[in-house]
Amino acid sequence: MHLKRIIPCLDVDKGRVVKGTNFVDIRDAGDPVELASRYDQEGGDELVFLDITASHERRETIVELARRCAEELFIPFTIGGGIRSEDDVRALLNAGADKVSLNSAALKDPGLLTICARRFGSQCVVIAIDAKQVSVDPPRWEAYLNGGRLSTSKDAVAWAREAVAAGAGEVLLTSMDRDGTKDGYDIALTRVVAEAVNVPVIASGGAGNLDHLVEVVEQGGADAVLAASIFHYGQYTIREAKEHMAARGIPVRL
Amino acid sequence: MLYIIDYGSGNLRSVQKAFEHVGVLAQVGSDPGRIRDAAGLVLPGVGAFGAAMEELERRGLPQVIGERVAAGVPFLGVCLGLQLLFEGSEESPGVPGLGLVRGDVRRLPADLKVPHIGWNQVESMKDSDLTEGIPDGAAFYFVHSYVVVPVRPADVLTTTEYGLTFVSGVELDNVAAFQFHPEKSSALGLRLYENFARRVYQG
Repeated sequence: MHLKRIIPCLDVDKGRVVKGTNFVDIRDAGDPVELASRYDQEGGDELVFLDITASHERRETIVELARRCAEELFIPFTIGGGIRSEDDVRALLNAGADKVSLNSAALKDPGLLTICARRFGSQCVVIAIDAKQVSVDPPRWEAYLNGGRLSTSKDAVAWAREAVAAGAGEVLLTSMDRDGTKDGYDIALTRVVAEAVNVPVIASGGAGNLDHLVEVVEQGGADAVLAASIFHYGQYTIREAKEHMAARGIPVRL
Repeated sequence: MLYIIDYGSGNLRSVQKAFEHVGVLAQVGSDPGRIRDAAGLVLPGVGAFGAAMEELERRGLPQVIGERVAAGVPFLGVCLGLQLLFEGSEESPGVPGLGLVRGDVRRLPADLKVPHIGWNQVESMKDSDLTEGIPDGAAFYFVHSYVVVPVRPADVLTTTEYGLTFVSGVELDNVAAFQFHPEKSSALGLRLYENFARRVYQG
């Protein structure tokens, strides 16, 4: 049976993990590779690294991160954040990343998704969508640029459909309204996007407890759940999260 | 020496370091002489069937691979390396495969989400030293759009459900191959490579 995935996400700035962690016996809590390796051992199904470095040397540091992760990890990993070109994507895949997520660059030029899908296969092209609700009745969300700071006035659901048609093999869908709130994922948003596309949707933004993970899979139709702080700060282990999901009848890798 | 056959289809480092992780040195290359000398052979790969066969032919490898398999050298195919063992594929009509396993390769039905990406369970259909220590129903990581259809039921080692039941592993004599990626399947994937290394070095 096809299994639902739990994906820890690490924010990386200049090659260092930004959010702290509660792992007791870790040597260097800022080392993304050591943390990632721990998540692999704990049962994380995949990992996402989001590069938030705002400087010129970013490409070198993120490619180096991909290379080091590829040496230590035995689960798939995705790298995203500030990826602008086919060359960026090629450099990351050659360094050992399994997938690359595109966001602002794809919004500016959806053709980039097509080029990358043709060159490298849609299985390694993830479209990351930062969505913000702009209307309650009728419910409507818009895609945002630059880490959620800039509106595009583009309908998020239509954009998901367009991005998949252009070549994206997976959607990483973040609710800007829920991100950081711990109030739970935006289930309505996840559901409309999951129904609109025929590729897996990863729900992101808002996980605060283990019921949230269950809800967004059961009611939102998510194929995978992404979470950061509930794991980083030791609130739950991945094992606990998976046991909780399994107890509620969701097939997971235990 | 374990030899990982490189025919220009992507990054084989992940397979090599998975073997390193279980304490086995493996070389990566496309040298027919090295293939002849190798104690065990691994054929990984991603991409299209026809292009891969063309690259193997260009390097003069199908014949030497066939000779070593016939000589009884342990052989492990991974992902596209499983599909290439068959006689042909819907992906590249008219292109003969290595023909070491009878049967062909077909596209997953269009009503499923294709490619099939993610973790899925693997059921054993027969006993093998390769799946020792791996519980029935254990999950492995898949990325593929085509599935193999062996002619002989006896060649089926594992099956997996994805809208339909498909063959996710084959084994006949010294040849074994899997559709999933052990090098991306965490501890149990490493265990599978360790089992293959044990087959190579301890017979």
